[in-house]
Amino acid sequence: MYRYDEFDERFVRERVQQFRTQVERRLDGSLSDDEFKPLRLKNGLYLQLHAYMLRIAVPYGTLNGKQLRQLALIGERYDKGYGHFTTRQNLQFNWPQLKDVPDILDLLADVEMHCIQTSGNCIRNVTADQFAGIAKDEVEDPRPTAELLRQWSSLHPEFAWLPRKFKIAVTGAEHDRAAIKVHDIGLKVRRHPDTGATGYQVVVGGGLGRTPMIGKVIRDFLPKDELLAYLEAVMRVYNAEGRRDNKYKARVKILVHEIGTEEFVRRVEAEYAQLDGPTVNAPESEVARIARYFAPPAYEALPEDSAVLDAARRADPALDAFVAQNGFAHRQPGYLALTISLKPVGGVPGDMTSEQMRAFADIAERYSFDELRVTHAQNLVLPHVRKDDVPRVFEALKAAGLATANSGLVTDIIACPGMDYCALATARSIPIAQEIAKSFADERRQAEIGPLQIKISGCINACGHHHVGHIGILGLEKSGKENYQITLGGDATEAAALGERLGPGIDAEAVPGAIETIVGTYLKVRTDGEAFIDTVRRAGLDPFKASFDAYVAGEPA
Amino acid sequence: MTVVTPTGEVPNDYVRIESADDLTTVQGPLLAPLALAGAAVEARRNDRLGLSVANDTKVDAIAPFFDAIDLIAVEFPSFSDGRGLSLAKRLRRAGFAGRLRASGPLIADQFAEALACGFDEIQLPETMAARQPVAQWLAAKDIVTEHYQSGYGADRSILQKRLAARKG
Ligand code: HEM
Ligand code: SF4
Repeated sequence: MYRYDEFDERFVRERVQQFRTQVERRLDGSLSDDEFKPLRLKNGLYLQLHAYMLRIAVPYGTLNGKQLRQLALIGERYDKGYGHFTTRQNLQFNWPQLKDVPDILDLLADVEMHCIQTSGNCIRNVTADQFAGIAKDEVEDPRPTAELLRQWSSLHPEFAWLPRKFKIAVTGAEHDRAAIKVHDIGLKVRRHPDTGATGYQVVVGGGLGRTPMIGKVIRDFLPKDELLAYLEAVMRVYNAEGRRDNKYKARVKILVHEIGTEEFVRRVEAEYAQLDGPTVNAPESEVARIARYFAPPAYEALPEDSAVLDAARRADPALDAFVAQNGFAHRQPGYLALTISLKPVGGVPGDMTSEQMRAFADIAERYSFDELRVTHAQNLVLPHVRKDDVPRVFEALKAAGLATANSGLVTDIIACPGMDYCALATARSIPIAQEIAKSFADERRQAEIGPLQIKISGCINACGHHHVGHIGILGLEKSGKENYQITLGGDATEAAALGERLGPGIDAEAVPGAIETIVGTYLKVRTDGEAFIDTVRRAGLDPFKASFDAYVAGEPA
Repeated sequence: MTVVTPTGEVPNDYVRIESADDLTTVQGPLLAPLALAGAAVEARRNDRLGLSVANDTKVDAIAPFFDAIDLIAVEFPSFSDGRGLSLAKRLRRAGFAGRLRASGPLIADQFAEALACGFDEIQLPETMAARQPVAQWLAAKDIVTEHYQSGYGADRSILQKRLAARKG
């Protein structure tokens, strides 16, 4: 894991002090409310429906035990004893007081954390594949790139007042778990087909929100050492030319769409040609310095299979189901990565109590080289667990209420805060997730249904990624009543696709039944071993539309 | 109008003009809109000349006048519109070596950013200057002492300092 040196340490401390003075200057009237607002947003402080919300950066989703414990403490002291993990691998507190925020920031700085640029019209916290350094299909670990970008984007003097927010995601693997095609910039580490050199495929202009778009490739291969200069060129073109007349048209995706990918590439390359790359790019030894922090931990040399785990799985069906569902193959023999679901049936997706954080910190320290990850599906990961230890880890997780075996299944639902917290919401989303999860609570049935991602947003801003859910649910308001639109066939991976509307919007009470109907159709139509999303792709929307229409019309399925 | 520089407040010695007639009637250093640049240079006055440019102006439209002017004022319509920062960066890259002024309702918290992008000074409307006295600007400028980005400002970036430390 990356550790701060004296520069990073001083930088974060000074940033806290800067925010402290900004709060003071707001209180003494030097700053107007309009002026203070972007300053507080750039420090992750939102004004929500009932209170302030503080969004803490978890750069590319990596944490250690000490950091999680500090979050537990903050949750207890300044919130209501819990925190909420988000779809951008961050953590939010929903109830802090403005006056406490600088102190919270100091506590974060004590464990090398911050809230820098978790909100506002700037380059946001950079996200990455949660299985970085673990996955077998990885070309290169994306975390050193993400850390370099974290540093480069922090208080960037030129790109702090962009037309709109700007999100970057990085993956180093073949299979895209970072949703790079629905980010403003997506980077995929790849090898040059001829030379074998390392570089990036650069994707620009993806995004969700009210105008969802899949990103376009603007450079198939960017040599690795040119990254910062090239991104500076992209950002400058966007900063200078992105629309500022309408905030709904201000994302880079709209600029790319309006002028066309070819013209966008032309402008970026023209800017890039004028840049003096070597004066901008990171020195090679600095890139190497950062990369060293992400060297593999001191694994033991172990056989691939663990007799201990195999025997325990045979003896305990619950453990067996947990490993089958939440286990992820590790490239190191004898090790396994485990997804820890924050989606217990009936719970709030992504919420974690302070006690759970402490228990989980213990587990990570003891069994996973003091490392844990946050996923964009609002879950956690124990990255490096010895297979021999898995039975013990499972017991410890169970004791903490963290052993739900539903990773990637129908109850592993992404839901935005919606009407429960968000001032922009047109509908509830957390309670909808809870109702659906209850309806599919039976674990055996979930396993039989297989991988299925449901994603719910409480308004068209799409924080819950509903466009790229296998089943997407969008909560709107229709003549004073909540109304839910269902889409099918969305996908956030390398096969990125936007979901299509299934039919008319329905009432909240009808949503769980509609999901049952869709799943029922899938079970009827699927071929052997075919996953939900593949069935939708093969069979198309028609069979689903027919049963959905019948359901809406009140006919028995 | 108050002008703030890294060393404190300085008097604004440029008079803004709106029309070609002003070229002959107004005395002293002038700040002319870009549309009047040709006429102003033509008038061959002996006083200093500055150009006021909108933040979406192309550098190519300004560059022909570089030799005839000693100040460019980039207009910021609002503090949250960052286009002027990229324009400053491009003007410096194109070789403009005169005074570069950010003009508009900026806030003290942006002083360091503006300087790093190549501006020399900020010209503030009086209402802003009254709320945010110069002392606040000078304090805000130095509160974060280091930056990660190379190519911004005269001092070295954190990345460059690390490199130097490694070389010993
Ligand atoms: C008070 C709470 C929130 C507000 C006011 C808010 C506001 C917004 C708005 C206005 C957009 C649309 C931006 C655009 O398309 O230009 C958006 C998108 C988004 N938000 Fe939120 N949001 C909130 C909470 C959250 C939370 C809790 C998460 C994570 C769980 C989240 C993650 C996202 C994501 C991933 C997008 C994706 C759309 C994109 O980047 O294209 N937001 N949000
Ligand atoms: S999707 Fe809408 S309701 Fe949900 S968090 Fe975003 S802005 Fe709020």
